[in-house]
Amino acid sequence: MTENIVSIKGLWVCRAEHAVLEDINLELHAADFLGLIGPNGGGKSTLLKVMLGLIKPDRGSIAIFGLPPAAARSRVGYVPQKTVFDQSFPVKALDVVLMGRYSRTGLLHRYGRMDRQAALQALAAVGMEDRALREIGALSGGEQQRVFVARSLVSDPELLLLDEPTAGVDSAQQTDFYDLLCHLNRDLGIAIVLVSHDITAISKYVNKIACLNQRLYYHDSKELCNEDIEKAYGCPVEMIAHGTPHRVLREHD
Amino acid sequence: MIEMDFLQYDFMRNALAAGLAASVLCGIIGIYVILNKIVFISDGIAHAAFGGIGLGYFLGYDPLAFGIGSAVMTALGIGMVSSRARISEDTAIGVFMATGMALGIMLLTLSQGYARDLYGYLFGNILAVTRSDVLLISVLTLIILALVFLLYKEFLLLSFDPIYAEAIGLPVQSLRLLLLAMVAFSVVILIKIVGIIMVIALLTIPGAISRRHMKGLPAIMAGSIFLGAIFVTIGLLISYELDVPSGATIILTAAATFFLSTVLSR
Repeated sequence: MTENIVSIKGLWVCRAEHAVLEDINLELHAADFLGLIGPNGGGKSTLLKVMLGLIKPDRGSIAIFGLPPAAARSRVGYVPQKTVFDQSFPVKALDVVLMGRYSRTGLLHRYGRMDRQAALQALAAVGMEDRALREIGALSGGEQQRVFVARSLVSDPELLLLDEPTAGVDSAQQTDFYDLLCHLNRDLGIAIVLVSHDITAISKYVNKIACLNQRLYYHDSKELCNEDIEKAYGCPVEMIAHGTPHRVLREHD
Repeated sequence: MIEMDFLQYDFMRNALAAGLAASVLCGIIGIYVILNKIVFISDGIAHAAFGGIGLGYFLGYDPLAFGIGSAVMTALGIGMVSSRARISEDTAIGVFMATGMALGIMLLTLSQGYARDLYGYLFGNILAVTRSDVLLISVLTLIILALVFLLYKEFLLLSFDPIYAEAIGLPVQSLRLLLLAMVAFSVVILIKIVGIIMVIALLTIPGAISRRHMKGLPAIMAGSIFLGAIFVTIGLLISYELDVPSGATIILTAAATFFLSTVLSR
């Protein structure tokens, strides 16, 4: 019954003769909320692209909802790393959200009334329904990010992949944003993979955490041990200093 | 009446018809050129088309058809190069651009009667547009209109956010090549009207003005088509009345409007 949402086994991705991802194993189940951390260039974005079927693994297997990633795309929502776009681009927030219906509508078909309704609902889900007819460039950074989340929600995904979605968003808006993800995860049952730099910020929200630097350090839980982090980052990392109430690091005996 | 007088002549009617069809092209393709930031690529394609035009002359075939051929090949070449990323895109454009111009000048020189035609291709000669040119331009305009109508949402997605577009399964590379091919067709048509050197102005000025005053892509396109038609008609009239070069008059009309609208909207 408990279908694996993501199932990755012994996966390798190589570029120019050297491994970007090395022997990755990962399983996610319904309603999981995985925080994926790791140093820059550690392969976090690459792993998301593999899950989207944009990069083919050199070795190993990956299944999303038991399907090849490209075939599962219509069930996956994606929020890219800070979307770079022309701030004066002439589209309304609603038009941007409609773009997310592409995977359902398909090539050459027009968006219909259903699509529009779904777009308005998605905007409502992120609390932006009153901004639907505003030009995207007229919204604040945090509001734009909500619109991009609405765009990923509009195809009714069962899995949401977010690549450092809070870069360039101020910290008050960040907290709101994480609360929104929590709501999507708990109330709508959408599984989430959240790539982030900021362990302390996300540890409060996620139920699983993994650290990636070529290899994936993951124990199918919300705990990582100090050694994992040190191996991944290549140096000791101080995190407990912030005194997070929810333990990320297992204490060493 | 000036206008009645003006429309008596066949060449004037052809010129006006070609100019109006070209405004439709400029209005639509020009907006995509601006939004996708491919102004330099488009200019490169226009210059590279000159190689094909020269070849057509040299071999004694229709220069326009050869121009379209070489423009499309250049567009696809640049599109492929930029996706392989061995050579940077602007370097590739520079090379294609200069090579096309050099080839064109060489081949035109080797053919007979080059001087007048050379001038016409570089600076445009809308009054030399023939009936068959008008037909060709109209058919191409209709094809491009149909493509944009069919692929409107795809081109919007591509222009707004290509990275996301690719992630959700849009055939980004094919669409980009198609867009570049459409630019190539448009550019060659515009060469007939304002010449290689000034193509880029007619392609971008109507869109740039319209974008500042209109909201939403369809309205911006419509405004841009309208402005293009105005520029072509006024430019043509002035050039006829004062007996000055048509291409330059059209561009100067457009440029004057552009500066005026910039100053006024401050």
